[in-house]
Amino acid sequence: MEKCIITVVGRDTVGIIAKVCTYLADAGINILDISQTILSGYFNMMMIVDVSGSVKSFDTVVSELEEVGNSIGVKIKCQREEIFDSMHRI
Amino acid sequence: MINIMEVAETNKMVEQENLDVRTITMGISLLDCAGPDLSDVCDRIYRKITSYAKDLVVTGEEIAREIGVPIVNKRISITPVSLVGAACCHTPDDYVQICRTLERAALDVGVNFIGGYSAIVSKGMTPSDELLIRSIPKALSCTEHICSSVNVGSTKTGINMDAVRLMGQIVKETAERTKDMDSSGCTRLVVLCNAPDDNPFMAGAYLGVTEPDAVINVGVSGPGVVKYALESVRGESFEVLCETIKKTAFKITRVGQLVAQEAARRLGVPFGIIDLSLAPTPAIGDSVADILEEIGVEKAGAPGTTAALALLNDQVKKGGVMASSYVGGLSGAFIPVSEDQGMIDAAAAGALTIEKLEAMTCVCSVGLDMIAIPGDTEASTISGIIADEAALGMVNQKTTAARLIPVIGKTVGDHAEFGGLMGHAPIMPVNRFGCGDFINRKGRIPAPLHSFKN
Repeated sequence: MEKCIITVVGRDTVGIIAKVCTYLADAGINILDISQTILSGYFNMMMIVDVSGSVKSFDTVVSELEEVGNSIGVKIKCQREEIFDSMHRI
Repeated sequence: MINIMEVAETNKMVEQENLDVRTITMGISLLDCAGPDLSDVCDRIYRKITSYAKDLVVTGEEIAREIGVPIVNKRISITPVSLVGAACCHTPDDYVQICRTLERAALDVGVNFIGGYSAIVSKGMTPSDELLIRSIPKALSCTEHICSSVNVGSTKTGINMDAVRLMGQIVKETAERTKDMDSSGCTRLVVLCNAPDDNPFMAGAYLGVTEPDAVINVGVSGPGVVKYALESVRGESFEVLCETIKKTAFKITRVGQLVAQEAARRLGVPFGIIDLSLAPTPAIGDSVADILEEIGVEKAGAPGTTAALALLNDQVKKGGVMASSYVGGLSGAFIPVSEDQGMIDAAAAGALTIEKLEAMTCVCSVGLDMIAIPGDTEASTISGIIADEAALGMVNQKTTAARLIPVIGKTVGDHAEFGGLMGHAPIMPVNRFGCGDFINRKGRIPAPLHSFKN
């Protein structure tokens, strides 16, 4: 399993989750967990996904998700889980 | 499992607080490139650097994209060139040829600096050390990506005052040769005392002779992250203040540790050390001076600054060493003036003087760094400042350094522009009384006694 964290931050609109999930399904990326909250007035969503089955390279996923975000006016980032693990877990 | 608040905190550090990994520095030993024929040596140096480091920049960018944290610089440190060129360089110009080779290698692999155009002369200079030192002004003026350093003293050997005297002249000559660019050649030249065995941070970077053939070191940064964290504990006790700095330093260092391990694995080169420094940049909000002000001094340089810096430096180390088992280099807080907007403002406001900076260097990670001084400052005065700084290091068993830029044609009230990460600085006044008779004495200052401490 190769875990990545996808974060979506921006103004809440209809269909954000649908768009992201459709993209991930098409890319063969499995969603393990989704959580969302409103932080400082902004929509914040975090997905933990497994990219080991992805048909696309990590780089492509990162830039295509960014484009998906741009098209619906939110910021989407996809990062390896290790960065958060190393910063927040001893 | 990681939660959404933790993810948001990390991303906020990157997006709003200037968290970055300052540098991945690949150390490359050039000892096996030495030989009697200069052009053979240059060929070997070029081949070795370009083969080890060919994927360094790409790999750095790849890791940065995957973890979502910028890795600002990719750099190389090499064996001190005075050792590599000893057998084949018979004039300063021979050394300049090696420097040009290094520049070509830097451009071809795409790194922004190669550090190690250096000589270690703590106790005495060999003829080749002296040739290298004398070649520095020309070498730095005909290259843009090479950093040079000279170690002139240590706690164990005392201070080589002949080298200190010579370095005053060399700094001045480098300034003259690069006067069209506000003497910016001097931004790549540092004079050290107690240089560590190996150091990945420019301009004093070089690969020590105790190191393997190649090694990956990482320098972390993040003054902005510490500053923002401290905003939430205004008015709290020193205990709370220190805890906050330590926790933040831990998090920053863990990012560096992850990058270092990944880079080492992907490049097939062993991991060396993390240099956990708070290194500022001229970007707004990425300033060590701002942290000092957040701790409670009105401007960097005000009474209390040295104590605040001592506290900061110590907590950064305490938090950082928990995050990585291999900490080294010059870990702590850097206080370069021209690379730190808060320091620039403090100097321009008259709060920060060279004398106060000198006191601050007793407790910070290195020394008098990136300080622009009047272009007509005497070489002997520059040597005097270097000697003072070296003495602080020698007596207090710490690394100290001087990176002074006598900006030719400019004086107090003027402003110097060095460009990019090197920043800009107001010209700071230098004590106008001379020290020529002191500097002109020959020989060295003996090593200090390590007992009867007071």
